[in-house]
Amino acid sequence: MTSSTLIKSFERAKENNRAALLTYTVGGDPDKKTSLDIFRSIADAGVDIIECGLGHGANIGDGGAIQDSTHRALSNGIKTNDIFEIIEEFKKDYVTDVIIMTYQNKIMAYGEDDFLKRCISSKVSGIICVDWPWPLNLDFAKKCKENSIVFIQLLCPTTNEDRLKSILNDAHEVVYYISMLSTTGQKLKVSSDEIKKRFNLIKKISPDKKCIIGFGITADTINDFKDTDACVVGSALCREITRSIDEELNPATNVGNMVSDLKQKLSS
Amino acid sequence: MKLEKGIPLIDQHDENGYWGGKFGGNQIAESLNYPIEELTREFEKLRNDETFIAERDYYFKNFVGAPTPFIKLENLTKYLGGAQIYCKLVSKATGGAHKAYNAVVHSLICKRLGKTYIGGDTGAGYAGKMLSMAAAKFNLKCKIFMGAKDVERQSINVFSMRSYGAEVVPVNSGSQTLVDAVSECMRWWTSENEKAHMCVGSTVGPTIFVKICAWSTAQISREMKKQVIDEFGEVPKDMKLINCVGGGSSAAGFWNEWIDHDNVELIGVEAGGPEGSSKHAAPLTNDSPIGVLHGATQYVIQDDQGEIEETDSISAGLDYPGVSPLHCFLKETGRARYTSASDEEAIEAFQLVSKNEGFVSPSLEPSHAFAEAIKIAPKLSKDTIIVVDSCGDSAKDSKIIAERLGYKI
Repeated sequence: MTSSTLIKSFERAKENNRAALLTYTVGGDPDKKTSLDIFRSIADAGVDIIECGLGHGANIGDGGAIQDSTHRALSNGIKTNDIFEIIEEFKKDYVTDVIIMTYQNKIMAYGEDDFLKRCISSKVSGIICVDWPWPLNLDFAKKCKENSIVFIQLLCPTTNEDRLKSILNDAHEVVYYISMLSTTGQKLKVSSDEIKKRFNLIKKISPDKKCIIGFGITADTINDFKDTDACVVGSALCREITRSIDEELNPATNVGNMVSDLKQKLSS
Repeated sequence: MKLEKGIPLIDQHDENGYWGGKFGGNQIAESLNYPIEELTREFEKLRNDETFIAERDYYFKNFVGAPTPFIKLENLTKYLGGAQIYCKLVSKATGGAHKAYNAVVHSLICKRLGKTYIGGDTGAGYAGKMLSMAAAKFNLKCKIFMGAKDVERQSINVFSMRSYGAEVVPVNSGSQTLVDAVSECMRWWTSENEKAHMCVGSTVGPTIFVKICAWSTAQISREMKKQVIDEFGEVPKDMKLINCVGGGSSAAGFWNEWIDHDNVELIGVEAGGPEGSSKHAAPLTNDSPIGVLHGATQYVIQDDQGEIEETDSISAGLDYPGVSPLHCFLKETGRARYTSASDEEAIEAFQLVSKNEGFVSPSLEPSHAFAEAIKIAPKLSKDTIIVVDSCGDSAKDSKIIAERLGYKI
């Protein structure tokens, strides 16, 4: 089943005494072909799980770097189906798990059931929906589970303990901890120790759930999270895509190099 | 879907914040859950707190200038024939529009929350101008997010905001109008909510913001009800209340006290855009699909990919692709009727009203409402009372209107 492969990605990283590495890039940025090349390059560089953004123009959670990526993809006419096609094509050659990160209106516009069907046919392992909080997401989360897709609940520093427990109780195998109050890509404004303290609380309540840590993590801080379950780097990669395009370099190669570096820093 | 009598419209939502089980809600990032819960608790407490109400009324009366005039437009009535046309001259509120009510209430709430920093969005610039004004009065640091296109076309209000000491942040993403300003403001609040309060400038956004805004603008109908009874001795048997609808804050306030009066017809007028254009900002009139925008479920102009589409209206204040969940609910229950007026009709209405009435010079937003009044009044009898909410003054639009009419100023 798809969801168990996602768990295996975490376990494989753990066997190597490190957290799993997730990358976030916007699907279709800057176009379908390059985006697929970027996924392949990231996978070759040893990423554990690819988080693929299904960008939304009227998002309320993305920082500048990801907004730029989203804008590029949408301006180039990228549609939801294109994202599924990129993932489907990628999965023909790679076993690396892909999870989709998006906004509720994108799923609504596609139709919840059709969206899930297409997730299955393109071998998507999980879904993160930024603006679909617990408990409003429970019906959709249930549908995901029935289709062996992990719906990844979000937690943050101001999720109080009661809410944390309730969310974890309903959560599937994987949750996502937003490390600080901000949009994506801002400078880390809390210490790595504080983040880990919160991570440990989550693990104490739900030892079996894998917890991804995201927001504000860069090459400079990634090693601090080596002994957690997983961490995401996103905006730095989106910025690298922007830089590569501006300087007429190959985004796939450059992003791949960056991911190799992150992987090495996480492993050392 | 049913409207309940005897319960304020703002309270007719379910436990998840949905009106009619369908419109509104809190579709927000987890990072905003805590501040929204905090604000919800605080507001529910404050709206039942007599000292807070007294404070609100004090500022409404002495600073905003309540009550605003309720006048008969004798000349326009005579010119059009048919129904008697009245006007609630909300543009006489300090600052020139209804946005002062919401700004004052949010500033007072901000202080009660112990916060010293407030941020808000603005389209036409009124919401931002009033928030800056109130923030200056209440010693709050203030940040206003405004689409870069609006910064350009509403420069008079931008100047005001800066004069009041606010930082105006031009938003360059997307269509560079109100929709992007609201997105950016919500992103800002996601980062700053521990020390800052957010004011949403209309009856849009997560449920609590819809409620606070409509609760604030309800002042319009509260004072008008007394004025109507003073004028007619009773509620007229056939009365029509016409208001423009962008986000829908002035209409929500203009109608609030009349919802339970079945003989009062509520007519909302959306922005039809330039004649022949398909980019109208009229999601209710044109049955746009239901979607999620800025944390709430509503009718919203979007493409088949769920991407919010650009709208085009001469009126910056109506140039919003979504609409308040309150209006979605009023439409669905059949309580209010929604239609649209084009840019051209609005300009003509502006000219006709200004020329006939002098003291009433509506901004482009209420000119849309006047356009509908002008359309229907001649077909109605003199026993019908039409009241138009002239919720903004034309001063801010002088440049746009003059250019459109071929004058150089």
